Amino acid sequence: MSEEYVLQMQDIVKEFPGVKALKGVQLKVRPGTVHTLMGENGAGKSTLVKCLIGMQPVTSGTIIYKGKEVNYKTTQEALDAGISMIHQELSPVLERSVSDNVWLGREPKKGLIVDQKKMRQDCQELFQKIGLDLNPDEIMKNLTVAKMQMVEIVKAVSYNSSIVIMDEPTSALTDAEVEDLFKIIADLKAKGVAIVYISHKMEEIFRISDDISIFRDGEYVTTDRAENLTQDKVIELMVGREITDMFPKNECEIGDVVMKVEGLCSGRAVRDVSFDIRKGEILGFAGLVGAGRTETMETVFGIRSKTGGKIYKDGKEIFIKSPEDAIKNHIGMLTEDRRGNGIVGILSVKLNSVLANLKAYGFPINAKKMEADTKEYIDRLGTKTPSMAAQIQNLSGGNQQKVLFARWLLTDPDILIMDEPTRGIDVGAKSEIHNIISELAAMGKAIIVISSELPEVMGVADRVVVMREGEVTGIIGRSEISQELIMKYATLDKKAQAEA
Amino acid sequence: MSVKQKKLLSDNMIWLVLIVLVIFMTIANKNFASIANIKTMLTGESIKGIMAFGVAFAILTKGIDLSLGAVAALVGAITGALVQPVDLATRALSGGAHIPAAVSILLGILLGALIGGCIGAIIAYTQIPAFIATLGAQLICRAAAKIFSNRPISNLPDSYRFFGSGQVFGIPMIIIVFVVIAFLSWFILVHTRFGKSLYAIGGNIQAARVAGINVEKNMIKVYVWCSMMAAIGGILMAGRAGSSDPSTSGLNYELDAIAAATVGGTSHTGGVCSVTGVIAGILILGVINNGLVLMGVDDNMTNILKGVIIVGSVVLDMRKNIRKV
Repeated sequence: MSEEYVLQMQDIVKEFPGVKALKGVQLKVRPGTVHTLMGENGAGKSTLVKCLIGMQPVTSGTIIYKGKEVNYKTTQEALDAGISMIHQELSPVLERSVSDNVWLGREPKKGLIVDQKKMRQDCQELFQKIGLDLNPDEIMKNLTVAKMQMVEIVKAVSYNSSIVIMDEPTSALTDAEVEDLFKIIADLKAKGVAIVYISHKMEEIFRISDDISIFRDGEYVTTDRAENLTQDKVIELMVGREITDMFPKNECEIGDVVMKVEGLCSGRAVRDVSFDIRKGEILGFAGLVGAGRTETMETVFGIRSKTGGKIYKDGKEIFIKSPEDAIKNHIGMLTEDRRGNGIVGILSVKLNSVLANLKAYGFPINAKKMEADTKEYIDRLGTKTPSMAAQIQNLSGGNQQKVLFARWLLTDPDILIMDEPTRGIDVGAKSEIHNIISELAAMGKAIIVISSELPEVMGVADRVVVMREGEVTGIIGRSEISQELIMKYATLDKKAQAEA
Repeated sequence: MSVKQKKLLSDNMIWLVLIVLVIFMTIANKNFASIANIKTMLTGESIKGIMAFGVAFAILTKGIDLSLGAVAALVGAITGALVQPVDLATRALSGGAHIPAAVSILLGILLGALIGGCIGAIIAYTQIPAFIATLGAQLICRAAAKIFSNRPISNLPDSYRFFGSGQVFGIPMIIIVFVVIAFLSWFILVHTRFGKSLYAIGGNIQAARVAGINVEKNMIKVYVWCSMMAAIGGILMAGRAGSSDPSTSGLNYELDAIAAATVGGTSHTGGVCSVTGVIAGILILGVINNGLVLMGVDDNMTNILKGVIIVGSVVLDMRKNIRKV
């Protein structure tokens, strides 16, 4: 019977200090199929595959691969045995070329010397096979995030593995590249390779999956063939409850203009951007990856230096040179890169919660007030954490995001900017975050939401600003918002729009 | 062992090591546990300990300070020269008035702050590695001390020597100063915005900036603190010996201070530092120094053991973090 499965994981338990991430879960993968793991953030999907490839040791449980019991201590052992992985967070060596990155650690050799020519040729061949237009000599750091992701995929595939694990492979890809990826997946399947696929995107999961396993809070729920499941059924199994309204939209009163941005520039990334936002309004920012939305907000918030333009708040011009200045002016910003410039991983949930608000606790610091504030927001936002003192890096992505929400809400901002607030967050936590956004607007705060998911922008925003290549190409009022209109503004340049 | 027990053990490992060492030394040598010997040991370690609290702040923010010993020598020389008897034939500053010791000491600490401010500003605004900035500062300060006086500054008056060699109720002042600095460090790290900001900067400098923390200002303060600790160390050193030799005083003290902070669990990857840890680190190295001397162990062997302990403690520390990913 073991012949039916290329991989069987049984009773897997994984404990972290203070958290039991996996509570005896199982996974059985058939060769030549796409097996999707689904579950909310913190359900244990990423932990499970990390245990499989030896990035983290299992606390207990058995792993049977190709009929033999295995327990890999390093990712190298797993790679040698034929299990490769595309990681959720990219890990390229930025200063080296594309082909150096693809062959990193296993460069072909001619005698003692690395065979540069063969590396380049093999790389070219791999790229051609999947139709990726990329120069193997290009330095990695010059690539877009999407292209880097494709290189990472090519690399994982090039190991000729029996199992390829893909953890959120499409999160940074454009639609065309997603299609390329699906072609690669079909190729691999035909060769008998099993693919373990982790994603939150329902449409793509149902397009490519053969089997779906569902996890919840570190426990195994069920495995079934994809054709026996529906989207609603999967969501229900994932969250263990029904999600009624994905985008709650409280009708709230929209007040006076709180902030007005005029002709904002920052180098080539932001060019002559103007918009305004009112009290209680949710302003969406849409556009393709690289359209300059993040850069615009980073300029407003003082992370990026402004090269031109003016910002007015409550009718008065304000001058923001650093996030410190922005916070003084009651502007908050939840950044896109949670690990890069959001959380301080090794510090406690408590210190992460109050970090932007340290000034409020006086001298010497009022530790009691700090704890009370942290506790208040853990309760209010329903953050799941073993304690206030737990390191934030041990929390799931959704819960880390809630702590960051707490951080900004504690500063009592008039304007709160959120850059991809629900990226990499599961369905349940997503709708909770949408609820919070809606509540904040109802309290009279002005909210700016950048999102690459059109349904999200359309669901939450009162107005949508569409950007393309650093410029605003259109501002759409709530009654006219449609997917087609947003995409039109996002893809056409100004001249073409004028003609259209 | 459950995960919790393991965590408890690894969190308190350093105290276990210290206790084992103390027990070992007590059994190996009956003089070790005597009050006189403990006083000698603590007096000997206090100056390095004070500097360890300085450099721990720098290490907490992923920095380092290699200039501690040289700053100590410079400040020791200048403050000493200011209080030398006016009629001394070998006076470093020929002529001039005799100023009160208290004023000289305050000026010395101020000079330390000034040097630290320069180092900090260079690190914060040019973003060169602290290793390089403080290496340069070390060379400059040591040379400046030697230019200031090419011979030892001696005959320091008792008023100046009070903190270095005086006693209050039988307790050496130098130990009291150490305890005060330890308390101050704890207060800063745990109970002030500055302290909390340092943990954030060391843990994730980008996140700290986005959260509105003025990274540059805080970095300057870190090195001001560092050099102030070096200055206090220099004044105590001169006071303890009764003289200060610009070419040798404080030599390699920064390395002992870095070692103590490191053994005490201050992480060079940033964001981790506790005052109790640093105290344990100082005591561990002190017990080894003192105990092995009492046992008549060769100086070179002592250094080999210290080397093993320093590297070993960091290996253990990294193992704690390495698998987290």
